[in-house]
Amino acid sequence: MKALINLVEKVKPNFEKGGRFEKFYRTFEAFETFLYVKGDVTHNGSHIRDAMDMKRTMIHVIIALIPPLLFGIWNVGFQHYKALGLEVQFLDQVLFGAIKVIPIIVVSYAVGLGIEFAFANARNHEVNEGFLVSAMLIPLVLPVTTPLWMVAVATAFAVVIGKEVFGGTGMNILNPALLARAFLFFAYPSYLSGEIWIDTTLQEGQQLIDGFSGATSLAIMAAGEGTMPSDFDLFFGFIPGSIGETSTLAILLGAFVLIATGIGSLRIMTSVFIGGFAMGLLLNIFAVNDFMAMPAYRHLIMGGFAFGAVYMATDPVSASQTGTGKYIYGFLIGVLTVLIRVLNPAYPEGMMLAILFMNVFAPLIDHYVVQANIRKRLTRMKKVRLQTQA
Amino acid sequence: MSEEKKTIAKEKLFSAKNKRLLSDPIGKSNPITVQVLGVCSVLAVTVQLKASLVLAIAVVAVMGLGNVIISLLRHGIPPRIRIIVQLTVVASLVILVDQVLEAFVYDVSRQLSVFVGLIITNCIIMGRLEAFALNNKVWPSFLDGIGNAAGYGSILLLVAAVRELFGSGSLMGYQIVPNAFYEFGYVDNGLMILPPMALITVGIMIWVHRSRDKELVDVS
Repeated sequence: MKALINLVEKVKPNFEKGGRFEKFYRTFEAFETFLYVKGDVTHNGSHIRDAMDMKRTMIHVIIALIPPLLFGIWNVGFQHYKALGLEVQFLDQVLFGAIKVIPIIVVSYAVGLGIEFAFANARNHEVNEGFLVSAMLIPLVLPVTTPLWMVAVATAFAVVIGKEVFGGTGMNILNPALLARAFLFFAYPSYLSGEIWIDTTLQEGQQLIDGFSGATSLAIMAAGEGTMPSDFDLFFGFIPGSIGETSTLAILLGAFVLIATGIGSLRIMTSVFIGGFAMGLLLNIFAVNDFMAMPAYRHLIMGGFAFGAVYMATDPVSASQTGTGKYIYGFLIGVLTVLIRVLNPAYPEGMMLAILFMNVFAPLIDHYVVQANIRKRLTRMKKVRLQTQA
Repeated sequence: MSEEKKTIAKEKLFSAKNKRLLSDPIGKSNPITVQVLGVCSVLAVTVQLKASLVLAIAVVAVMGLGNVIISLLRHGIPPRIRIIVQLTVVASLVILVDQVLEAFVYDVSRQLSVFVGLIITNCIIMGRLEAFALNNKVWPSFLDGIGNAAGYGSILLLVAAVRELFGSGSLMGYQIVPNAFYEFGYVDNGLMILPPMALITVGIMIWVHRSRDKELVDVS
């Protein structure tokens, strides 16, 4: 450990003012803080600096993302060999999944961090760690068949238009990872909708099984044809879908980590689920087709609902900040998601659009919550004053 | 009085001041990227370069002529009804342009549809008539009109070029992106054809423009 510190201290002068690589100071700083928290102390007043800075916070989210990621990698292989009708070893499935998924993650990180570092050096601010999480979220919300260059373009778009335009991490109004997905969804619709969820690249001598369908459960319900996977499969995630979204169980594990470390907001998560469930029940009452009559709880385990609720809606930057606001924000996300899913034939999945839409409304919700609180306190004060005068 | 006239007559047609009238709107006081006027048509007609080129030319014609006419009439227009007079002048010019377009480039005119008519409501035109032509002589007014229309048109063309190149892989209707790219897996960006991308493209241009020219950055 000592040797590492010494090494860092030895190269440091090169990057400081007057050093040879002065321009790249911010790049150096980013790597330095990866290893050690800088020995900064506060100067004015008695502020306590928590060791839990943004970098550490982000690492916790990454840890929470590991279960869906691992499951996703396996599921990619599982779905692939299932489509081919082959019985293979567990390790082969994981290997296939890893070969397909890891390049997407690498591209997402390389492009995003490249832009992030360039902006940090140009604007001379610290490298923001927010992207560590976004770059992991982007691959998890994409289908495995997305071409790598599209991942690169979408990541660049999300970082530049979603974040840097507004001033970097903490300033963005939309969730960058979802913005990347929305970009791909509208820019290259044929690559992000339809039956693209399973990698069906065939090697010589291989062929798809008869009656193969790569449709997701949402597409099946929307089209009203095909056989639905069982609730068991939906919950555990043995279904086609975006890489990280399929397994509700793995996502709940991640949610547990987020809540236990106090990073993810329990209020938002629960209210998203309640909102979705309530809207599902409401649609049941007015059911005129199979999708509307579907049991409400199934909405919560289909598609990206759980993933969006746990990882996307809880993004601390773009979500509502006030306590009451979080309930409203989450509840409306759930309601809108189910509404879009069931009633809008153009979009089989509503989670992405619902969250982006509510991201835009989050500041408005906060504003009214704060105003309501101010009014409440004013009336209380007036009452007290009247009493004291009397 | 006579001396004054002489000095004015002596002022060259392209004096430094007059040149600035022409060049400023293209750069430092660009109607779109700096004053953020006339953005509506930038969003609507920039899917293809050809349509935007035609619209840009139409706006240059309307603005140049409109400024000249208003400048000629400037002493005769009662101030209280000046807006309605300006509107009448612009509207007549736009009808002329519309007829010319329909006669010579019918398909483009169909494509532009209502947006030729909407030149009337283009804020830049009314703005220049009101702010410049009403108080200035004919020649400077003409230059000012042409300059502002060119500033508007240049951004229009830039946005259209970006959108057509990435959205349809072509420029002026000719395919630019080679077929080899498509075989390699390149796909045209469908978002570029949708209006939001025009807004984002203009936004990026404003960003680039301001970061190059620091005096444009207003801190408020």
